[in-house]
Amino acid sequence: MPRITVTVDGVAYEEEVEPRLLLVHLLRDRLGKVGTPIGCDTGNCGACTVMLDGRSAKSCSVLAVQADGSDVVTIEGLAQGGEWHPMQKAFHTEHALQCGYCTPGMIMAAIDLLRDDPDPSEEAVRQGLEGNLCRCTGYCTIVRAVRRGAAEMSQAREPQEVPAP
Amino acid sequence: MSEQLDAGLIAERIAESGELGEPTGAREVGRARRRKEDARLVTGRTTWTDNIQLPGMLYVAFLRSPMAHARITRVDASAARVQPGVVAVYTGADFADEQGSLPCAWPVTEDIVIPDHPPMAVSEVRYAGEAVACVVATDRYKAADALEAIEVDYEPLDAVTDMTEALTEGSPKVHESGNRAFTWKFAGGDIDAAFRDAPVVIERTYVQQRLIPTAMEPRAVVATTDGDDFTLYSATQIPHVLRVMLALTTGIPEHKLRVVAPDVGGGFGSKLQVTAEEVLGLLITRRLGKPVKWTESRSEGNLTVHHGRDQLQRISLAADRDGHIRGVRVDLLADMGAYLMLVTPGIPILGAFMYSGIYKVDAYDFTCTGVFTTKMPTDAYRGAGRPEATFAIERAVDELAHELGLDPIEVRRRNWITHEEFPYTTVCGLTYDSGNYEAATERALALFGYDKLRAEQADRRERQDPVQLGIGVSTYTEMCGLAPSRVLGSLSYGAGGWEHATVRMLPTGKVEVVTGTSPHGQGHETAWSQIVADALGVPFDDVAVLHGDTAVSHKGMDTYGSRSLVVGGVAVLAACEKVKDKARQLAAHMLEASADDIEFTGGSFTVRGTSEGRTIQELALATFAAHDLPDGVEPGLDADATFDPDNFSFPHGTHLCAIEVDTETGRPTIRSYVAVDDVGSVVNPLIVEGQVHGGIAQGVAQALFEEAVHDAEGNLLTTTMADYLIPSAADLPDFTTDRTETPATSNPLGVKGVGEAGTIASTPAVVNAIVDALRPYGVRDVRMPCTPERIWRVLAEAGPAAPGPGGSTASASTSTSGPAPAPVAGQPPAPMSAPAAEGGAR
Ligand code: FES
Ligand code: FES
Repeated sequence: MPRITVTVDGVAYEEEVEPRLLLVHLLRDRLGKVGTPIGCDTGNCGACTVMLDGRSAKSCSVLAVQADGSDVVTIEGLAQGGEWHPMQKAFHTEHALQCGYCTPGMIMAAIDLLRDDPDPSEEAVRQGLEGNLCRCTGYCTIVRAVRRGAAEMSQAREPQEVPAP
Repeated sequence: MSEQLDAGLIAERIAESGELGEPTGAREVGRARRRKEDARLVTGRTTWTDNIQLPGMLYVAFLRSPMAHARITRVDASAARVQPGVVAVYTGADFADEQGSLPCAWPVTEDIVIPDHPPMAVSEVRYAGEAVACVVATDRYKAADALEAIEVDYEPLDAVTDMTEALTEGSPKVHESGNRAFTWKFAGGDIDAAFRDAPVVIERTYVQQRLIPTAMEPRAVVATTDGDDFTLYSATQIPHVLRVMLALTTGIPEHKLRVVAPDVGGGFGSKLQVTAEEVLGLLITRRLGKPVKWTESRSEGNLTVHHGRDQLQRISLAADRDGHIRGVRVDLLADMGAYLMLVTPGIPILGAFMYSGIYKVDAYDFTCTGVFTTKMPTDAYRGAGRPEATFAIERAVDELAHELGLDPIEVRRRNWITHEEFPYTTVCGLTYDSGNYEAATERALALFGYDKLRAEQADRRERQDPVQLGIGVSTYTEMCGLAPSRVLGSLSYGAGGWEHATVRMLPTGKVEVVTGTSPHGQGHETAWSQIVADALGVPFDDVAVLHGDTAVSHKGMDTYGSRSLVVGGVAVLAACEKVKDKARQLAAHMLEASADDIEFTGGSFTVRGTSEGRTIQELALATFAAHDLPDGVEPGLDADATFDPDNFSFPHGTHLCAIEVDTETGRPTIRSYVAVDDVGSVVNPLIVEGQVHGGIAQGVAQALFEEAVHDAEGNLLTTTMADYLIPSAADLPDFTTDRTETPATSNPLGVKGVGEAGTIASTPAVVNAIVDALRPYGVRDVRMPCTPERIWRVLAEAGPAAPGPGGSTASASTSTSGPAPAPVAGQPPAPMSAPAAEGGAR
């Protein structure tokens, strides 16, 4: 069985895995990283989205062996120093979740979306999240949350102006 | 202003929410509180059933019938049994003596046929996906591998997937007793008189396509045993009902069985069920003495989660020339699928009372026949019976408007129950306690810009724009807050509708609330905390809400039918009142005053006219210490309460949808959607808005996207999320939502329920809009889902009619209904070669 090394949420793991093992099952069943749920078996729903070397990936569509040597960030590793990521806060503030099953994947996909377009229009958010399905919210609040998250992330990035004397 | 979400807008939103900033001592109820639930959900610290890992746990996988109808002649599992990692393989025959029959708790008529429904098929399969064997193995991959080594010989039998065909002579029989499960009739007023010489009769047939509820969390079950104690974790909406039913089905005594619904990732009715996998999970853990887990894959789920809708509705309206509706007649066929599950037969019956909608109708006649077919059973799906009814009446009223050359809003105005007329007892025998259809409609029309859009529509028609504009309205009501137990009893439902709550002040002054409802996204922890914070005068954050575990919450009727707040939330309030009564007695004792002189404000009990008092937290500690209690008062400051209202509640509202239909490609695009709902008093506006949004999305999805499709052999063709299209963010518009608030009179909170309203309202609004766009082409109906292809075909079949001025109100003809669409001036009548489903004018 292949032996792989993978870093998940900052911890390096060395695992022997069957070649057919899906990354999502490695995360959930072997490493106990159950924050990433599974919603389909066709790569359509996006519930299982994680960051793989900094870009979003549907972990049900990646083999564990393909993640060898990679850095994986799951929803459980997103908060820093006990502080939620601005996108987590934005989802909470805008009530962008109900059952919350789609939420980890949505948040991951949203963060990735902002890498390409830090200030997306409503239309761009809707198109950008096409691969993530939510059955509860009707998406209006998710769209608002992503745009709020974007606004707050760009505010955080911008250098603080020195107040005039 | 640009679309940009600027800081000002953010600040405005926060200010609107009233949440941030210093506590003002303002009421919690009505406040847009952010949810307590979110903390674990946005950080991935959830307990979905599939997250549960128990030491030594084994995995179960099911072998499912690839045929819709067949006799099982041989099952050979010997090769599977010896595969690595395989612990056991069971066939239906292995469990024949102990698996019992999956329950149906709603025998709607005395002569109903309730076929035996084994969790695993023993001798015959009756739908594709029915379990015939299962493997228990040390991991999920090995379990799946072993399924392939099981050999099953099937002797194919004919499938029947169409309800009408199933009722014809010589159709393949799903069960020996035939394909009719029941016929249920209901009438009010003199229907013959209503139709006799009626100047206008509208007669239409609508197809409620079969839907797959598609909660994002697939079902999952973990079963474990310790001696003769059993615990079942399940992604279920109904842990309490489930425990009773599983005890009866498996013979495990109820007091030895604990059912836990941990975090549940959506339900929409699909987890209101007692499933084969739950029963078998318990039987397997009982045999093996080890914990077992089964997790559904999506493609397995599409086959075996109960489906929704699937009805064929024939509706007739008798009306006067001024548009006054005299009578409504409904003849319904409802597809039960192959078996009757928990509430399968009750679903169309729940709709039976809603076909008169918001209208004053003199006479009503309803007949429903439940039909067996070789498909997955149907059962509750968001709205359960009421969306179907609302669709039929709201579509038919639009047809009436068209027939009379009236604006669809005007016809509704002429028929609806006016604000002064409440409470109003409908021809269906329901008493609508409160409502204000005028107010909701006025607000919706204004938000929507109705007149302007109508003008644009006329202009597009005039210009023969290939992209036509359609405007659809739906003025709906629903009966929800499923409760009055005696009413449910009179409809032969097997369980009650009351709800239970416990409120306990802990010694330190914090509060634990135990609720019998079982949320799966509805935000009970937050809303219940708001109710308790106001009732007891304690901080919102000092309240914890416990639910979904029969070992914690010992009784309840669970969550469905928009009943949680309307019944369960009110039970919480009732328990708070009892707690307060006891605290008042204690305060009177400690303050040496009469209980009548004790006032309760802001969490303190004080002697009237003095500043002397005790906080409720002090009293909680005093009852714990119990050093000085009045005679006969027991320690502890807690109370149980149940609530069983004496009426349903009746949310209502007006939804308006504008759709652009490209007549060259058939593509419909929602341009705007406005919903003004009246869900009574509101506990948390954020949650209400979210529920409305989600509801609209699901109703729009029925109108435009979703359908479970079977081939003639009964194979489901839409088994994956690639084939069964639930809408993504890119498929839906931003919804404009607003509210009117007419409190319900049937409960002290004045709440009406919101979970299903959006779904009920939106489907007819969308289809009315599409048909409205296409009326100039002679189109009278488009069968759901109104896909581009279907719209294109309907247009092609309608012939080369061109739009002209006037559109939907062009025809002043009030002829009685005929099979042909009303001719458009200057155009030949469109041929009616389309099947009823497409033409809809039969
Ligand atoms: S679970 Fe990975 S896309 Fe659905
Ligand atoms: S919140 Fe339930 S699926 Fe998105």
